[in-house]
Amino acid sequence: MQKVLMKGNEALAEGALIAGCKAFFGYPITPSSEIAEYMARKFPKLDGVFVQAESELAAINMVYGGAATGHRVMTASSGPGISLKQEGISFIAEAELPCLIVNISRGGPGLGGIQPAQSDYFQATRGGGHGDYRVIVLAPSGVQEMMDFAIEAFDLADRYRTPVMIMAEGTLGQMMEPILIREPVQQFYEKPWATTGCQGRAPNVINTLHLSPEFLEERNHHLQSKYDEIMRREKRAETYLTENADLVVVAFGLMARVVRRAVMDARKKGLKVGMIRPVTLWPFPDEPIIKAAQTARRFLSVEISMGQMVEDIRLAVAGKAPVDFYGRIGITPNPEEILREIERIAEREGF
Amino acid sequence: MKVVAKRPASLKENKFHYCPGCTHGIIHRLVAECLDELELREETIGICPVGCSVLAYDYFNCDMLEAAHGRAPAIATAIKRLLPDKTVFTYQGDGDLASIGMGEIIHASLRAEKITVIFVNNTIYGMTGGQMAPTTLLGQVTTTSPYGRKKEWEGYPAKMAELLAQSEGSAYICRTSVHNPANVMRTKKAIKKALQIQQAGLGFTMVEILSTCPTNWGLGPLDALAWLENNMIPYYPLGEFKVKEEE
Repeated sequence: MQKVLMKGNEALAEGALIAGCKAFFGYPITPSSEIAEYMARKFPKLDGVFVQAESELAAINMVYGGAATGHRVMTASSGPGISLKQEGISFIAEAELPCLIVNISRGGPGLGGIQPAQSDYFQATRGGGHGDYRVIVLAPSGVQEMMDFAIEAFDLADRYRTPVMIMAEGTLGQMMEPILIREPVQQFYEKPWATTGCQGRAPNVINTLHLSPEFLEERNHHLQSKYDEIMRREKRAETYLTENADLVVVAFGLMARVVRRAVMDARKKGLKVGMIRPVTLWPFPDEPIIKAAQTARRFLSVEISMGQMVEDIRLAVAGKAPVDFYGRIGITPNPEEILREIERIAEREGF
Repeated sequence: MKVVAKRPASLKENKFHYCPGCTHGIIHRLVAECLDELELREETIGICPVGCSVLAYDYFNCDMLEAAHGRAPAIATAIKRLLPDKTVFTYQGDGDLASIGMGEIIHASLRAEKITVIFVNNTIYGMTGGQMAPTTLLGQVTTTSPYGRKKEWEGYPAKMAELLAQSEGSAYICRTSVHNPANVMRTKKAIKKALQIQQAGLGFTMVEILSTCPTNWGLGPLDALAWLENNMIPYYPLGEFKVKEEE
């Protein structure tokens, strides 16, 4: 395997190509645009399709059409654009069309700013659009994972016939790290449901309108049973020094790497601190948190938001321990200020 | 016994849900006959809109998708780009195409997407119960223009064929009507020509078809046909607005 220095957005785009992605439909927005630019350069040489759509609405509906042909397709955007895509994501979830949606996230609300944030957590993990649905959400914490999760995301999307989102802070899209380039994916899934012309078979219909309330409910039960299976099988997290920890810090994405450093520094000072990093944001990996709650005296959620994932941690902890929150927006907390927050809690609580 | 007329193979054996006197049924049949005659049924992917024809996937006997309101041209774009040898059509009403989907239709045309758009213009929102459409005529009463559409309040009706004929990406733009047999036959010719120009890869094609909505116009079927002829055709003239014969 070849090791190269790559920018996060480009590593993600290259990962998609390694996974056999055949089309990209998008609309420019900072800090995600390098993904579109990379695909615009690559696809004409690879017999793939790149379309710069007139809007995010059009882009996500192109993803709907593209996925319906059975090909692996994707889009990428950032907060304001992801909001516009929600109409299409709801349709794609119900039509059970596999695809990759990338949110290289920035701070909101409104136009917000272009600095990194994690404040689209609610939008990503609660479905985002109308109706009862979820998307699998992967949160990489380094440039290597930008590539690896893109490959994994297409596999999950096809396996469960569902849209998969990668959500990464803008920093992760923009920064460079040395990474290993993976081997091209060789195994693909049969898609007998695809609308490709009905030669030799009955026509396929891809549809999300269910006027019969009984059938609509049946469809919803079908989706929920699929989501139940995803919850059983696909929760992923990393744990670090959580055994016998008084305080467990929870953080995802690039933020988790910063927190890990603060946790190491706290351990050097003799504080019993550990860390849990959710890798899947939905399904939320509650098991390690439930386990840690048996011994930990307190939790701390560190987010680049005003406090969103903290609600999922509180649901998992279920009242067994208090859950504190520390967050900023548009500004990634540094290891020193997280350590100060850990020390402040330790002193206050007498750890 | 000799069969002189039968259901086209490109229509399923389902009964149409359309109101008495509605011309969607005629237009569905014309599209299906053209697909049959060009032997395209098994090579075609159709996309239906939100509106009265939202259930068109129950009627066309080819691969079909149901789109979000106004987004059919974006879906069609992706399908055609990924399956360039297939025939792709959208079937859209006036609210779908000329209001919420105005962006998608114009840009599909500007990109010269090699698709065929069947645009059914009956000047009103049918499915939601007779609200004003972008193509509602000045003076026309609807549930959301109860005093008649006024240019001072609601502005002017959209002339989509004329608008899209301006686009360099459009290869065939035609407006027809289905208010009498002669015009039904002209409509069929136009649909077939649009599909053939799509097959030739010359660019974006659209047939705008003037259609009736007796239920929401508050007219009987025959009066609705006469209303179309007397009120719609003067504002929406029939004919070919753009014909590109070759690259």
